[in-house]
Amino acid sequence: MKLKSFPKGGIHPPHRKNRVYSSDDLNASLPKIAVIPLSQHIGAPAKCVVNVGDIVKEDDLLGEATGFVSSNIHASVPGEVIEIKDQFLPSGRVSKAVVIETKGEFSRLGKDLDKYTWEDLSNAELIQIVKDAGIVGMGGATFPTHVKLTLPDNVKLKHLIINAAECEPYLTSDHVLMLECSNEITEGLKILKKILDPEYIQVGMEINKEDAGDKLTESFKLANLDASVVFLKNKYPQGAEKNLVRAIIGKEIPSGKLPISVGVINLNISTVYAIYEAVVLHRPLVERFITIGGGAVKNPGVYRVRIGTSARALIEECGGFNEEPVKVIFGGPMMGFTVFDLDVPVTKGTSGIIALTAKEVKSANTTNCLKCGRCIDGCPMGLVPSRLYKLIDHHQLDEAIKSGLNDCVECGSCAYNCPAHLFLVQKFRAGKSIERRSKGAK
Amino acid sequence: MDKLKVSSSPQFHNGDSTFSVMWSVSLALLPSTIWGFIVFGLSSLWIVVVSILSALCGEYILNKIYKKNTLNDGSAFLTGLLIGMNMPPMMNGFAWLYVPIGASFFAIFIVKWAFGGLGNNWMNPALGGRVFVFFSWTKHMTLWKVPMTDAVTGATPLGAVKSGLLGYSGSASGPLDLLNEVSKDSVSYLDLFLGKIGGSIGEVSALLLLIGAIFLIIKKIIRWEIYVPYLVVFAVFIWIFDGNRFGSGYFSGDVLFHILSGGLILGVFFMATDMVTSPLTSKGMIIYGTGCGFLTFLFRIYGANPEGVSLAIIVMNIIVPLINRYTKPRLFGYVSDGGSNE
Ligand code: SF4
Ligand code: SF4
Repeated sequence: MKLKSFPKGGIHPPHRKNRVYSSDDLNASLPKIAVIPLSQHIGAPAKCVVNVGDIVKEDDLLGEATGFVSSNIHASVPGEVIEIKDQFLPSGRVSKAVVIETKGEFSRLGKDLDKYTWEDLSNAELIQIVKDAGIVGMGGATFPTHVKLTLPDNVKLKHLIINAAECEPYLTSDHVLMLECSNEITEGLKILKKILDPEYIQVGMEINKEDAGDKLTESFKLANLDASVVFLKNKYPQGAEKNLVRAIIGKEIPSGKLPISVGVINLNISTVYAIYEAVVLHRPLVERFITIGGGAVKNPGVYRVRIGTSARALIEECGGFNEEPVKVIFGGPMMGFTVFDLDVPVTKGTSGIIALTAKEVKSANTTNCLKCGRCIDGCPMGLVPSRLYKLIDHHQLDEAIKSGLNDCVECGSCAYNCPAHLFLVQKFRAGKSIERRSKGAK
Repeated sequence: MDKLKVSSSPQFHNGDSTFSVMWSVSLALLPSTIWGFIVFGLSSLWIVVVSILSALCGEYILNKIYKKNTLNDGSAFLTGLLIGMNMPPMMNGFAWLYVPIGASFFAIFIVKWAFGGLGNNWMNPALGGRVFVFFSWTKHMTLWKVPMTDAVTGATPLGAVKSGLLGYSGSASGPLDLLNEVSKDSVSYLDLFLGKIGGSIGEVSALLLLIGAIFLIIKKIIRWEIYVPYLVVFAVFIWIFDGNRFGSGYFSGDVLFHILSGGLILGVFFMATDMVTSPLTSKGMIIYGTGCGFLTFLFRIYGANPEGVSLAIIVMNIIVPLINRYTKPRLFGYVSDGGSNE
């Protein structure tokens, strides 16, 4: 089988994907206290619609989307709203959050849910369901999905590409999701097919998930869905949107443009599953699959976790630490965020919680750039990171922009390779934000 | 708990560092250097020690001046070691002191730090230091020793071939033949390979240098894009043209002799491959390696100096910025038709 890939750059970090889970016991314990941020997505934060003292049921609306690019927030557990507070998000930003003390009846937990038919609904109605359910991109970007699904008039979609690359080390939750819920994903794709009417539906994944791919293919066949699985080389960042699209359809998304400019809409596999739950089970997005891993965790595993559960509770569920971690990461180790305490809650965009030991982090002193060119070898975007770094360092931002600073996808391949241990990505982010601010000022 | 480290992504690294790179290269050079001590005796040991200490000393002084802490990144040690390896095994009078000190200080103060220290120099510091003392104290830099003896000789095999060919009208078929004819110390390929020849302290044993090079190849520190073109281009030109000097016509040069002598292996695997002074991209490295190979051939066969390696690499170092400018990678997302369908 010839594997597809993006052509230039990329790195091969160790996979460390020891996929541990049990099909019968996927659900993590419910949090005693759930801290549910009102801003878990790109766009305007949701407006709080509950008050302290309110009793809420599972799936009740807590926050209402404010505007088109925004998202609803729902209660992941039933109970009493005991506080509305400021909470640090994994990204380091602060958001208002609704704190619920879990009590009372679970209306859905452990019950077989009714399935609703959707074939007779109109596209507008389906998109409305997705919007009401608060679904956002679950690969980490957290862009509201209903916005993506709303195609401009008279645009004919060529490719619906589903991102199941899961190219970050340690992460295995998409893999488990595909193994466990292939039929549900297939139904989710059918719904998307109706909404978007694409010519092709392609699910891209690294070849290390071949079993999951085969399972999906089988279930496509059973359901008579015209969709295919595309296997990709194991190479990071295969799951970065632009690289994934390049790998699958052979075209580059032009600089500064959206995938639709080459006829593509790209959704994460977890998002597809969430769409299934929303449309067929009438469930909002209140839980997701998460990998809890890293060398510092005693019993790593994959769980279905309620939004708002703290990292602390999940790590306890996994037997606690067997070694003091130096970093705890929300997301994967290449693009995820470190948190400074374990009270940070799981949000819609959290694909994993990874606790790394000093040995895994491999930090070293920063030195001058050695001009070795390894950052260039790693960069999938054709940039010269060493030069960008120097330009930003010397306040030559215009020159850096001209050299492609805004094309940087912050994948971290350059810094992973850099023997001088320069904080390349950090510098690029700083450069971009200065440039954005100065643009805003104009 | 609750003292977790917060940092910008990525949180992951392949584990290489400046420290590991520099010390790995030093380690790879060690066997060949020790071989030098064995065949050339104590005088060579002192010369290498003085080179290394003076390089470290220079770095220390500059650290104090610029308030930096770069002594243990290993780069100064490596520079000192390379300089020592490139010195002849004995020198008259006090030259064994001031020549290595001169070379190391020039390398560290002028070549490396005048441009801002590690990473900012455009010329390989060790080569710069060596060339500097070569032109300052030529007579000390051309005194060679017969291995395993105390006998002093006037020339390395390559040097002997060069001088032997001046005004030569005999019928030697190639360099080895010629050496047998013009000097008493005949040399075989095996001598060249094992390092039983005259030459700089660390350059004589091709075998041990190759072992070091393999170590660096495995550790992914040196790049084939440099050493392969360097070797191949050099070999091809020698093969085509060098036979002419012996009257045996084109396509009859003695490639093996030239690869095993004159510090070529040391230059190809350890000096041309210096990260700082070689190009950034694979394409650039291939151009650079090709240039090094061709120039080494040119200088060695037609230049005044028998080796040609140092000068060739320095000349190529000079044009690295130019190579970098013309070998930038292509930016993603700037093709008008969205790229080709494979
Ligand atoms: S972080 Fe940016 S510069 Fe670095 S490799 Fe990724 S795209 Fe290239
Ligand atoms: S990888 Fe690091 S040391 Fe090497 S050229 Fe890039 S920035 Fe410089």
